[in-house]
Amino acid sequence: MEKAIKRYFPIFALPTFAAFSIGFILPFILGVYLSFCEFTTVTDATFVGLKNYIRIWGDETFIHALWYTSLFTVVSVLTINILAFAVAMLLTKGIKGTNIFRTVFFMPNLIGGIILGYIWQLILNGILLNFDRTLTYSSAYGFWGLIILMNWQQIGYMMIIYIAGIQNIPGELIEAAKIDGANNRQLLRHVTLPMVMPSITICSFLTLTNSFKLYDQNLALTAGEPSNKSEMLALNIYNTFYGRTGWEGVGQAKAVIFFLAVALIAIVQLRLTRSKEVQA
Amino acid sequence: MKKKLLSAVLSATMVASMLAGCGSSEPAQTTTEEKQATTTEAKTEVKEDAPAAEVKADTTEAAATGKVYYLNFKPEQAQAWEALAAKYTEETGVEVAVQTAASGTYESTLKSEIAKTDAPTLFQVNGPIGLATWSDYCYDLSGSDVYAELKSDDFALKEGDAVKGIAYVVETYGIIYNADILNTYFGKDYSVVKSVEEINSFEQLKAVADSIQANADDLGVKGAFTSAGMDSSSDWRFKTHLANLPIYYEYQADGIGATDAIKGTYLDNYKAIWDLYITDATCAPTVLSSKTGEDATAEFALGEAVFYQNGTWAYGDLSANGMADESLGMLPIYIGAEGEENQGLCTGSENYWCVNKNAAEEDIQATLDFMKWVVTSEAGCTSLSNEMGFVCPFKAFDNYPASNPLINIANDYVANGKKPVAWTFTTMPSEEWKNGVGSALLEYAQGTGEWDAVQTAFVDGWATEYTAANN
Repeated sequence: MEKAIKRYFPIFALPTFAAFSIGFILPFILGVYLSFCEFTTVTDATFVGLKNYIRIWGDETFIHALWYTSLFTVVSVLTINILAFAVAMLLTKGIKGTNIFRTVFFMPNLIGGIILGYIWQLILNGILLNFDRTLTYSSAYGFWGLIILMNWQQIGYMMIIYIAGIQNIPGELIEAAKIDGANNRQLLRHVTLPMVMPSITICSFLTLTNSFKLYDQNLALTAGEPSNKSEMLALNIYNTFYGRTGWEGVGQAKAVIFFLAVALIAIVQLRLTRSKEVQA
Repeated sequence: MKKKLLSAVLSATMVASMLAGCGSSEPAQTTTEEKQATTTEAKTEVKEDAPAAEVKADTTEAAATGKVYYLNFKPEQAQAWEALAAKYTEETGVEVAVQTAASGTYESTLKSEIAKTDAPTLFQVNGPIGLATWSDYCYDLSGSDVYAELKSDDFALKEGDAVKGIAYVVETYGIIYNADILNTYFGKDYSVVKSVEEINSFEQLKAVADSIQANADDLGVKGAFTSAGMDSSSDWRFKTHLANLPIYYEYQADGIGATDAIKGTYLDNYKAIWDLYITDATCAPTVLSSKTGEDATAEFALGEAVFYQNGTWAYGDLSANGMADESLGMLPIYIGAEGEENQGLCTGSENYWCVNKNAAEEDIQATLDFMKWVVTSEAGCTSLSNEMGFVCPFKAFDNYPASNPLINIANDYVANGKKPVAWTFTTMPSEEWKNGVGSALLEYAQGTGEWDAVQTAFVDGWATEYTAANN
């Protein structure tokens, strides 16, 4: 039987592989090729070499988006993970109504990003209007609006992962630590945290890549206003490609750089947190 | 062995169904295609007793007539276009698909649609700048029937001798006013003028707006002007349409029709009118960034403001919001330039039809036939002038006056000898330039930026973007 599976492996793998090639590999190769081209539509490209990559650095909005996104990622990764972990700790203490709370916290994650963006735009603008301000008054409003939105959306999801990690800690380990006289802080620092390190790896990876690639929430909340100052990388790439005539190739080149940056940062982060994981 | 055969068959089915799944993802165009399908079916049924060869001949002929795919720019008229396309299909049997790009996404939709195998055969550009992008895709219309129907060469977009685009609708904008409120105002003792005719310069307009603003409570309005929203649904009214006036007057003064470097001679006037818009308004300038086009329409239709800068195309929205035809009026946008007592409304076009050169020959022919039918047949003319409310620059339209009252107001201005302001914004170097000016305008209005930034974006931005677009 096993032999048969092995022999028919190509046939079984073919549909998925074909779908993967059509949907992922081919567009990716085409995309990288187009970043070296000048074109109006993707079918009439002419090769221009590295010109697009050079033009990127003359575009101030890209540099700004890069810093803005990095800052956003740092802040959101920290706040989301700390808050999610705190909520997870609370909801594993066996307080009444734990399941209801877990469900409620998880629910924002089920709403799509565009809808969330518009909902929060209404809420935040409604509050800011009392002070004669709007979300798009300055990029700081947009920044903190996005942080609030992303926290609200992601904390529930990360919380579930942390809860699973916390529940996996063997009871005897905690008991042993308590008998040894560890107080709550020591318990958290030397038992719980090392034991949930795999969850931290996953959660920080997810939040990091999510924040870097954030697009729909950004589009719906501020759309990059004012003056492209609350524009994050993904939106900047989209706007370059579709919004500026003659800059399609530059948008494509930005996307390639963006891919490399996200991949690099994610790999480094995985290495770092993995090395801290321990076995019970 | 049987098992192996079964598994092979199963996996083959899997692959097949997957490929089938990929193949059937046609874009949801209109129902015209479906209708077309049913008519052909009916035809075949009737001919069932006819010899097979004849049926075959019939289908090849149908294929040779080609088909039309129109990528429409105006969402307001989407349904009217679909109805018109269905009617054409009914009359001639030629398949016409109409797709409409959502507001503000025309360029991106066109960019992806034209790369497809079934590319649009008929699309639009917004003027010389838009043509620069799409020129390589434009079929030379100089020998076409639809070009022959044009009233004047002014409405053709030419590149040398080649006619690349044909304007199919002429539009007019200005400051729309609520005649009811304005008449109430003229009756008050604080009014500075007593009739609309007296508002014939920027000073008068400002005096009227200021006194309306000062007595807003008495008049039951929130402000003289609707909110000058800088959301993307509304910012084009200022960064494009309002910016047209300083550019127009500079071109007039210099006797040119386009330039690679604008001087900004009339920027002070631009500042004056913008200051007026944001000061005598329904809302604080700090909240402009999220005010939308709908907000302005609603404020105007609800009688919260007296003046509303927009054009003939706004009529549909205004009447849908309950504005009566007789309470609508239109004033020229005065900016304080010399000789503006004779200034009329801003009239022009940014809707040019282009035919896709790369389409199949029979499709091009079908498209040209369709265009001709639209601008000459009764069904086409009625639909364009009544249902869509267009003024069309084609000969046949003399018999089909538009039903839109704003258009009649625009015609009155011309009849009274006022000089229409041309749409010079089609010569703006790029979208990026408009965005730069828009952002600077907003920052200035909010108080987070200086007017100098607008000046820089306007003058320096023009030169930079012009070089970038023409290198």
